Amino acid sequence: MKSIVTGALALALMATAATTTATTPALADIKIGAVVSETGPASSLGDPEAKTIRMMVEELNAKGGIKGEKAKLVLYDDGGDPSKAKTFATRLVEDDGVVAMVGGTTTGTSLAILAVAEESKVPFISLAGAIEIIDPVKPFTFKTPHTDRMACQKIFDDMKSRGLTKIGLISGTDGFGASMRTQCIAVAKTSGIEIVADETYGPKDADMTPQLTNIRNKSGIQAVLNTGFGQGPATITRNYAQLGITLPLYQSHGVASNAFIELSGAKNAEGVRLPGTALLVGELLDPKDPQKNVVLAYKASFEKAAGGAPVSTFGGYAHDAMRILTEALAKAPSAKPAAIRDAIEGTTGLVGTTGTYNYAKTDHLGLDLSAFRMLEISNGGWKLVK
Amino acid sequence: MSDLLQFLVSGVTVGAVYALVALGFTIIYNASDVVNFAQGEFVMLGGMISVAGVAAGLPLPLAALIAIALTAAIGVALNTFAIEPARGAPVVSLIIITIGASIFIRGVTQIVLDKGTHRLPSFSGDDPIHVLGATVLPQSLWVVAGAVAIFVALWLFFTRTLTGRAVLATSNNRLAAQLVGINTRFVMTLSFALSAAIGALAGVLITPILPTSFEIGISLALKGFAAAMLGGMGNPKGALAGGLLLGLMEALTAGYISSHYKDAVAFFVILAVLFAFPRGLYGSNPVERV
Repeated sequence: MKSIVTGALALALMATAATTTATTPALADIKIGAVVSETGPASSLGDPEAKTIRMMVEELNAKGGIKGEKAKLVLYDDGGDPSKAKTFATRLVEDDGVVAMVGGTTTGTSLAILAVAEESKVPFISLAGAIEIIDPVKPFTFKTPHTDRMACQKIFDDMKSRGLTKIGLISGTDGFGASMRTQCIAVAKTSGIEIVADETYGPKDADMTPQLTNIRNKSGIQAVLNTGFGQGPATITRNYAQLGITLPLYQSHGVASNAFIELSGAKNAEGVRLPGTALLVGELLDPKDPQKNVVLAYKASFEKAAGGAPVSTFGGYAHDAMRILTEALAKAPSAKPAAIRDAIEGTTGLVGTTGTYNYAKTDHLGLDLSAFRMLEISNGGWKLVK
Repeated sequence: MSDLLQFLVSGVTVGAVYALVALGFTIIYNASDVVNFAQGEFVMLGGMISVAGVAAGLPLPLAALIAIALTAAIGVALNTFAIEPARGAPVVSLIIITIGASIFIRGVTQIVLDKGTHRLPSFSGDDPIHVLGATVLPQSLWVVAGAVAIFVALWLFFTRTLTGRAVLATSNNRLAAQLVGINTRFVMTLSFALSAAIGALAGVLITPILPTSFEIGISLALKGFAAAMLGGMGNPKGALAGGLLLGLMEALTAGYISSHYKDAVAFFVILAVLFAFPRGLYGSNPVERV
């Protein structure tokens, strides 16, 4: 019996080893490294990222590579563990000899990878949200997703345009929810929004009606903002409808996906607003919108490559990072990491799925508020708020 | 007044979820003194397999039955391939084996099923029932009813049936149980099958309230374990009482003190209770007969 178990375990180990080292054939001169959380707690983010990165390297090589040279991808799966991310980043730099890295699905893994990138002076484009990754600016680290601070600004701007200034805040205690809560409290002070209730919940709690009851009872409250990620915001949305609260409800960009509407129930989510990227509403965009073609093209090729899996914002972050990197590789005078870094920093007017990137010496995020679209859930789908 | 009622409704709903998980711990613990840390995974499998069944077009009751049967089979496999071969090992080693099994089940689930988060449709719709200004979801009533039903069934099983007594006898003294003619291997297999089936049933009941994903088992097992310890490990009455108490403490703390301290207050009370009653509220005091 024991041998059967050992055998099964060994097989399982081999299977994971095979997925972590799967790469495109070794024909190439330009080596690109990637560390993403394809499995583990952040796999719903990392899985579309890994698929996107593999797909884009294949597309690049099918088109003839960069300046006639093929790109070779070395992709590792960190399972969401920052210490593994650090090990893999070190291996990419020291053993695999990559010229640049993309990845860092979560803020934790991104911070681990950027330490390696800065020390070894290899450019790194992060796929995680937190502002700490690029503030203060570090010479070799860039990122593609908006920060949670920008999401707070976008939401508060929309609230003020509807005359809502006294709001209740409810946040998840996970990393995403807690970080955005801090940012929103800071932004509220300077944007004329008064936070009259501040509640929290565990990311896997089954019921949040006590917190929402207390928020509802605050006098003069005009709207509610939920900063959170994963299933918590869906439970909030259902509890909100259960309690019959009619105040406008705002969610964060962390749940900008169709899965959120599905988990909340279309009826409960009706009228919920949240900031999202153009990727979610590609078909609804104005034909003159510069992002429209980019977004629709990525959506089509991802859904084909992923066997019908719906496109997600997170895959979009990876798409943008790969676009920025390949353009920089094509522009850079040599394939030295320092030259590539300068080329990435020189990126201007690059239209991605998340927004239009304009990097600068003092700005390694390169996005402004126009990258966010304010979306409203309507009849189980999305509507652009003008 | 309506606020208090809403907090109580929330506490009972959440508490029933914890109680359902805690109840699953009792049988395996009674049979072998092992705290099965893969119990949360059984709950997760119940939800995830039902979701896959419903997505494949099966009606919910059939998908739920398949999920319960498959999970019970996985429970038996866990016993046969991992627990039984290590029978002579100390209880701590067996507990560590169940932790390993839970990691293995999580890994396989995310490869075989998927990495997304899913919800089952509510059994009786989503329209809240209004009671004196508070609102209850019909699914909460299903969860509470499920917890009570499983509690009654377990209580009858352990006190009224020969097999249930055989389980208790095996836990007290495996050798003596064998000597009086109890098939202890069968008892172990049965206890894993039943625990897994109870876990899976819990998963089916709670998934319309608490969306499921491959990683939901850890947090459920932790809260369920806390509830079982509070009530007294091994006693179905303790599991039910512990779960409800934990849920109510969380809801009332969130309602009246601050949601920031919800978990802290609950765990502080657990520590205080265990200090006064080291074996939990309904825990039995071990009697050594010489």
